[in-house]
Amino acid sequence: MTLDKLLVIAAALFCCGLYTVMTRRNAVAVLMGVELILNATNINFVAFSFFLNRVMGGQIFAVFVIVLAAAEAAVALAIFLRMFSTTGTVEVDAADQLKG
Amino acid sequence: MIRYAYIIPFLPLLSFFINIAVGKRLPRKGDWLCLGTIAIGLAMSIGIFYEVFRAYDPNFRYHVVFPWLTIGDRAVFNTGILIDNVTAVMLLVVTIVSTLVHLFSIGYMHGDPRYSRYFAYLSIFSFSMLGLVLAESFLFIYIFWELVGLSSYLLIGFWFEKKSASDAGKKAFIVNRVGDFGFLIGILIIYATCGVLGYDQVFLAIGEGKLSGTLLTLAGIGVFCGAIGKSAQFPLHVWLPDAMEGPTPVSALIHAATMVAAGVYLVGRVYPMFTPDAFLFIAYFGLITLFITASIALAQNDIKKVLAYSTCSQLGYMIMGLGVGGYTAGLAHLTTHAAFKACLFLGSGSVIHAVHSQDIQEMGGLRKKMPITFATFLIATLAISGVPGFSGFYSKDMILGAALEFGMKSANPLHMIFFIGALFTAGLTAFYMFRLVILTFFGAPKDHHKFDHAHESPPSMWVPLVILAGLSFSFWYSGWFGTLVQKPKSVANLAGISAPAKVATMEHAAVMAPAHAEPSAAAHGEAATHRESTRDASRGSAPGKGEHGQAPPHGTSAPAGTPHSTGPAAHGESNDEASHIAHTAHSYAMYSSVAVGTLGIFLAFVVYSFGWINPDRVMNAVKPLHTFLQNKWYFDELYEATVVDGSKALSRGLAWFDNNVVDGLVNLSAQLGVFASFLVGKFDDYVVDGAVNGLASATTGSGSLLRRLQTGKLYHYVFVLAGGALIIFLIKAF
Repeated sequence: MTLDKLLVIAAALFCCGLYTVMTRRNAVAVLMGVELILNATNINFVAFSFFLNRVMGGQIFAVFVIVLAAAEAAVALAIFLRMFSTTGTVEVDAADQLKG
Repeated sequence: MIRYAYIIPFLPLLSFFINIAVGKRLPRKGDWLCLGTIAIGLAMSIGIFYEVFRAYDPNFRYHVVFPWLTIGDRAVFNTGILIDNVTAVMLLVVTIVSTLVHLFSIGYMHGDPRYSRYFAYLSIFSFSMLGLVLAESFLFIYIFWELVGLSSYLLIGFWFEKKSASDAGKKAFIVNRVGDFGFLIGILIIYATCGVLGYDQVFLAIGEGKLSGTLLTLAGIGVFCGAIGKSAQFPLHVWLPDAMEGPTPVSALIHAATMVAAGVYLVGRVYPMFTPDAFLFIAYFGLITLFITASIALAQNDIKKVLAYSTCSQLGYMIMGLGVGGYTAGLAHLTTHAAFKACLFLGSGSVIHAVHSQDIQEMGGLRKKMPITFATFLIATLAISGVPGFSGFYSKDMILGAALEFGMKSANPLHMIFFIGALFTAGLTAFYMFRLVILTFFGAPKDHHKFDHAHESPPSMWVPLVILAGLSFSFWYSGWFGTLVQKPKSVANLAGISAPAKVATMEHAAVMAPAHAEPSAAAHGEAATHRESTRDASRGSAPGKGEHGQAPPHGTSAPAGTPHSTGPAAHGESNDEASHIAHTAHSYAMYSSVAVGTLGIFLAFVVYSFGWINPDRVMNAVKPLHTFLQNKWYFDELYEATVVDGSKALSRGLAWFDNNVVDGLVNLSAQLGVFASFLVGKFDDYVVDGAVNGLASATTGSGSLLRRLQTGKLYHYVFVLAGGALIIFLIKAF
């Protein structure tokens, strides 16, 4: 297992997440895409930390990102609930009040 | 007493303020207050005169100066009082005549509705005149000069309900302004060159040569212009006869004795600064005046007009006397004239009061009805005619003598005209004055109604007449006057002035030694004052001079400050000669003036009393001349045609200019303003507002374009984000 392979996996995971975020209309699916992106980032953190630095900073950062993602999911889901109760849908297209 | 002299002018000022404010409510309407203040002034003047007379010093001077106005640290204007012999005499003259006129007015103005105001005006006049006499600088004499003009205006126009009186007041004021303007120019020349205004300082500065030559002559003539106006000299004499519209005591006080003499006094006061050219100018104006006005007096029928023209003529004598170098003579005539002319005017007032007419053709025979008035009037007439033993003879003879001496010493034979003209006019004077006396007091009454009504005036009116007539005798004046009032040394820088004129004007001067300050032991040593009392006039000159006090010629004709290095021996001969000429001149003048005066009186009796010559036939024979004289040489018509109409035409021209050109310019600029505002409005509407609106619509437009970018679709933003990241990655990669 080398750094290159890990980075390729992370990039592939990132692209999957990005694609999900860009194509999905459902807000929960978009949130899931974001989770993919965050996890791709985590792989990068851990991989760089492991192969280049030999210090635990990257791992610790990854733990923080996981916590952050959990918090984010909690807040986002709460928003989606409010959105659903107001508009009756969780389609992100419907949330375009800030459209110019 | 002399150190309280400054109080004298303020007493009448006080009574003026009291009387103008509450005079109507005072007992007797406050006449006693004005009379009392001026009488105190008279008493003080007598005291001062007594002190001056006791000193008996030709160089007596009492001079108090203190700073009055300081502008910055350079221009300091002083005030103060200056009393020398001339001032002391003038003080006495002014206060005597003023007191007597106040007394006379109590009877004359009795029952006038503005009685208290009349006395207040008399007081303000007395204040101004006394201030003028005591002034020690050009600035203050000018201030009082104008105040005197103001009070003259107020008193001439006292009966302003009469249009002629208010017109006369205005005329006097305006004509005087003309002369005063010249005076002001003279003062400004002096101040511009010397930087000081006190007499002594100015004379000192002129002696140092700060002001000399033509400019000095001009300054002298400018100052003399003031005298032309106030002393009613040709060509500004026209106001004085009209001023007779005022109450008669006013005519006696202001227009005979004191104010009109102020011009003569001024010329005497600034005597040292005149150049020979200026003296010649002065003498010619005096000569012209004395002849013209005497000839007019011949043909007048109004008693006061005759006296007014005779006043002009006598003032001409004084001015001419000063101009030809007879300093003592001119001032002596001023003094004697004040007494006898005031007596004549008050006498005429008494007559007018009695018959209620001023036309001498309606009078006649009043001798028996008004014996006191007649006697005093006759004495004063004898005095003005120059009959020996009376004061007019004493002073007029001195003037004639000075004129003859001037003519004899002058290189120019034309200068004899001063003596000839003055002598001829002396005859005219005797003639017209006796014509007046004969037509008024002798013969048969011409208007019986008025004659029956006539009565002698009350004592308050005849007492002043008697006193003034008493002062018309020559023994009051002869002797001391010539000693005490002596010609001051000229300070005019004579370098560059033609020799004959210099000799002619200056040589016979009775000159004093340079007046060095010699602090007297008896000086009243106030800290802020300095008193100069110089003694022994002749110390610097050779002793044993003629009895007229001539100095050697080199002491007078030389420029000021030239040392007496040539010694008296070299000039002893010319000194004798000058003295001889002076003697001859004065004796010729005396005999001829007596002869001419007697001739004039005789002719008057021949024509108007004895009836040997019918005056009407003579009048018809010289009808054009008589008309010419009766119309006063058409001076009023001339001035009406030139000055008055000229001013009116000029005013009309200026009004046209104002209406068309100036207003046109103003309107044009207004039009231009409107047009410019129109342009600016358009600019505002289109350019400024356009820019503002353009900015707004540009913002709206760009906003409506850019708002399309904000889709609100989350995946659009993510797409752009990812695309941007990809672009950055590609740029970095390659």
